[in-house]
Amino acid sequence: MKPLTTEQIRAVIAKGKFRDNLFKAIGVFCLAFALLVIVALIADMLLKGAERFTLDFFLNFASRRATQAGILSAWVGSLLVMLVTALAAVPLGVAAGLYLEEYAKRNWITNIIEINVTNLAAVPSIVYGLLALGIFVYMFGFGQSILSAGLTLALLILPIIIVATREAIRAIPAMIREGSMAVGATRWQTCHYHIIPYAMPGILTGVIIGLARAIGETAPIITIGALTFIAFLPPVPFSEIDGGGSAGLFDWVMSPFTVMPIQIFNWTSRPDPAFEVNAAAAGFVLMVMVLSMNAVAIYLRYKMRKNIKW
Amino acid sequence: MQIHDTPTLKAEARNLNFYYGEVKALKSINMPIYDKKVTALIGPSGCGKSTYLRSFNRMHDLYPGNRYEGEIRFYPDNTNLLSPEVDPIEVRMRLGMVFQKPNPFPKTIYENVAYGLRVRGENNSRVLDDKVEQALRGAAIWDEVKDRLQEMAPNLSGGQQQRLCIARALATDPELLLFDEPTSALDPIATGAIEELVHELKKRVTILIVTHNMQQAARVSDYTAYMYLGELIEFGKTDEIFIKPQDKRTEDYITGRMG
Repeated sequence: MKPLTTEQIRAVIAKGKFRDNLFKAIGVFCLAFALLVIVALIADMLLKGAERFTLDFFLNFASRRATQAGILSAWVGSLLVMLVTALAAVPLGVAAGLYLEEYAKRNWITNIIEINVTNLAAVPSIVYGLLALGIFVYMFGFGQSILSAGLTLALLILPIIIVATREAIRAIPAMIREGSMAVGATRWQTCHYHIIPYAMPGILTGVIIGLARAIGETAPIITIGALTFIAFLPPVPFSEIDGGGSAGLFDWVMSPFTVMPIQIFNWTSRPDPAFEVNAAAAGFVLMVMVLSMNAVAIYLRYKMRKNIKW
Repeated sequence: MQIHDTPTLKAEARNLNFYYGEVKALKSINMPIYDKKVTALIGPSGCGKSTYLRSFNRMHDLYPGNRYEGEIRFYPDNTNLLSPEVDPIEVRMRLGMVFQKPNPFPKTIYENVAYGLRVRGENNSRVLDDKVEQALRGAAIWDEVKDRLQEMAPNLSGGQQQRLCIARALATDPELLLFDEPTSALDPIATGAIEELVHELKKRVTILIVTHNMQQAARVSDYTAYMYLGELIEFGKTDEIFIKPQDKRTEDYITGRMG
């Protein structure tokens, strides 16, 4: 083959460049489309719900009159359920991930467990709801409570936390582990002084992404029977309760509740179009909750990673 | 070195075989390690010198599928370091190790050095302060870091990081110090500092060092072992190995005809 002339080389490059630019254009279009959809959704909810953004909306219970109906029990319920979810899922998920990465022997049992942890993440959330209805609500007798809902969502996000923990641990170079073991540390000392602290940014990110998913879940919560019309808050620990006496420290976990997505779902299914405004406003609030959780995750990861480098 | 100088044994490999799964990486190695001397392991890449070094502190136990045969006797107590009855953690508490690439923990300079002591349950801050200073002085880095003990260790230069890792190993008073190509990631000046340090350290501790660099072996070691394809080809005093090697293969490697 003869060497190419300068003209031929330029022609080849021009052809390559054209494809480069073509793909760039397609990519930008796809990205813009995705972004536009989400921005449009948020803007739409914001505009439709604008007239409801008053302090009362956040401080009122649900009501039959749309203009007076608020999301107090819903956002309090969502926060409390998230608290239970986090308290249950974080220790379980982190310990399980740590065990799989640092302790478990590599054999076929571990492999089966690993595959199934990943499979768990793909189980439809309604199935978790059915499971929880049988186990938490009836078998353990937790009823239709914040506890049942929190534990259900904890199961749902457990695989997310386990996978995030394992990935964070795997990102720690082997030489750090070897450096620790070489001075005579046990596995647990290595985990305690090194693996857990260095994996923390990744674990936290996984936890918050998991919680952000859980806060928007509706199906499993409906399955276990969350009420949609709640005109009271769970009892504050040590507060007076009707009929004398005071609430215990953990009475609130057994309280009936509702959460944001259920409140929204309820409002959209009402015939009165005025409730659509409430639904839009509540939807916007839920979006803000999720986005601010993600923002916190990004900030924490940035802040904690600054001091961890190898 | 005098003719009648007969060094005491610190350790001795006896018929040592090592397997990565099915692959035999070390083939019946018999070799003495002399007390308060520097022994260099040289040989081409993949010859098993790092594998051999990492057998001493049982690093292979961290990964599945590895198997030792034979013994590494450790003196004066004549323990077999490879015995299944001996806890690898006990072995690692008696031996120190410095790795190929500096691997300081992403913690403060102080905590890096104090770590070995904390692992041993020492939490008295005065004891820790003393030991940390001693170890940093021993690793010839005290003057550079004494005013910044609370800074993060990974911010140090590569050469400083490696000396910090040496301090980390020294802090727990090891009987035998293992160096796995400690200067391969460093520039010539940092390398010189480490070599000088090795020379200084052999007054108090026995050293086994793997090196790719034959000049380095010649400069720092008292004894040299040449390994090839998992076998120990030749072991002897460094000057003898480099001036008149007994084995043709050693001579080829040293004169640069192979490897």
